[in-house]
Amino acid sequence: MLAVGSVLTILPIVAVVIYILVLGAPAINWEFLTQMPKNGMRDGGILPALVGTVYLTLGTALFSVPLGVGAAIYLSEYSSDNALTRVIRLAIVNLAGIPSVVYGLFGLGLFVVFLNFSTSILSASLTLSIMTLPVMITTTEEALRAVPQSFRVVAISLGATRWQAIRRVVLPQALPGIMTGIILGLERAAGETAPILFTGAAFFLPRLPHSPMDATMALPYHLFVISTQVPGMPIRVQYGTVLVLLSFVMGMNIIATVIRSRARARRVW
Amino acid sequence: MNKIVVENFSLTYSDGTESLQNINLKIKANAITALIGPAGGGKSTFLRAMNRLNDLADVATLAGHLFIDGQDVLDPKVNIIQLRRTAGIVFARPMPLPLTIYENIVFGLRVAGERRKEVLDETVEQALRQAQLWDEVYDRLNDSAFAISGGQQQRLCIARVLALHPEIILLDEPTSALDPISTAKIETSLLELKENYTIVIAPHSIQQAARIADDVAFFLQGEVVEFAPGEKIFTRPEDKRTQDYVQGRFG
Repeated sequence: MLAVGSVLTILPIVAVVIYILVLGAPAINWEFLTQMPKNGMRDGGILPALVGTVYLTLGTALFSVPLGVGAAIYLSEYSSDNALTRVIRLAIVNLAGIPSVVYGLFGLGLFVVFLNFSTSILSASLTLSIMTLPVMITTTEEALRAVPQSFRVVAISLGATRWQAIRRVVLPQALPGIMTGIILGLERAAGETAPILFTGAAFFLPRLPHSPMDATMALPYHLFVISTQVPGMPIRVQYGTVLVLLSFVMGMNIIATVIRSRARARRVW
Repeated sequence: MNKIVVENFSLTYSDGTESLQNINLKIKANAITALIGPAGGGKSTFLRAMNRLNDLADVATLAGHLFIDGQDVLDPKVNIIQLRRTAGIVFARPMPLPLTIYENIVFGLRVAGERRKEVLDETVEQALRQAQLWDEVYDRLNDSAFAISGGQQQRLCIARVLALHPEIILLDEPTSALDPISTAKIETSLLELKENYTIVIAPHSIQQAARIADDVAFFLQGEVVEFAPGEKIFTRPEDKRTQDYVQGRFG
């Protein structure tokens, strides 16, 4: 029974991947990945969307990693269980449950309009960062809590400050878990459409973005555009784009899995 | 000469477990002082009070004085980092850090800012020799500290404390997880170390206290019932409870 159940779970995923591979693979070649779109996006490549997604992912990492990891260190290592931390934790849980389009509207209101960052990579990255924070904080905190308390006590008993104990003993041990959390968070950011819809994604740009203040094309939104907004789109191009996005996201997932399993094998405690 | 003088020292935790009431002790330098008594009597708490490791726990009340060389370590102005280097502690279970053997030993020096390789190298060899471990690990200092046996790990933990160049070594049932041979090695090194250090140990058995202790304090439910030279405690204790305990009637 269980075996049947597991197969049934895997089956749809395998089917989707095979379907996308079959329809998308013919489109994939060097030109597709390195050329600008041509002929109303029906021909040529998807370079600006691919580059845009890389920029947005890196931009999101820039803001969400220090903030998320910092918050997790504070919550796990420094804060005591009081009213403030309970409110923070409640906020994190609720943040995780907000629909992504709401983040998009929030980003539009705060970053694009109020802070006047315009529709730009900066605004979109900041919006994606807020969306990613709950995942970053929760997974980092779990990774920190998994490190035995005794390591901290021993380090401090040897004359380390609390921060030295964290920095020299706890963080290195928690790093694989933290990396996994970071990658999984960024992976979600890379695949989202709604948060960037009003904050930085462009329908079509004839050139690559030059600065963080430029709007950018991005794979998920580009996919939406070529699937619904452009008449006479070749299926090959649509599924080629899906395949690139899927590979990007799955590639990150695989990296996270490898980091985690290698760390588990090496772990001594 | 008294290295540690404890006056009317009391401590309670907020969760109500184990407390100490009105402890008075004079602990001699260059001697082994053993804290004996049944579990929960306050021995661990007392050891952890001496280098303020209890600061990490939820201490509710603290009173009295705990002088080391005349300096009250409970004084809020005391340099805690320096205190923990002066009074190093070894725990009941071997607790290596997830680092190499070498890095475990130099950990205390590194956090104190020591970077000179020759100083670190020399400290490692000296500390390992003092803990009678050098001959067993000198050729694999860069292996994980978890790759050696439990008995070796515990001697590594002693070496790690010695590398701090402490004056006092606190040991909380350091041999409770070890076999008799490892235990004997640790007892031998403690007897050598007392020439240069003040040693306070919660032994894991009365027999161990009898083998190595100069002075013995009998802790019962947070109080020191009797404090006297070992031979007196074991042969003609003054308190009936001490006599019952050392003769194995409870505990």
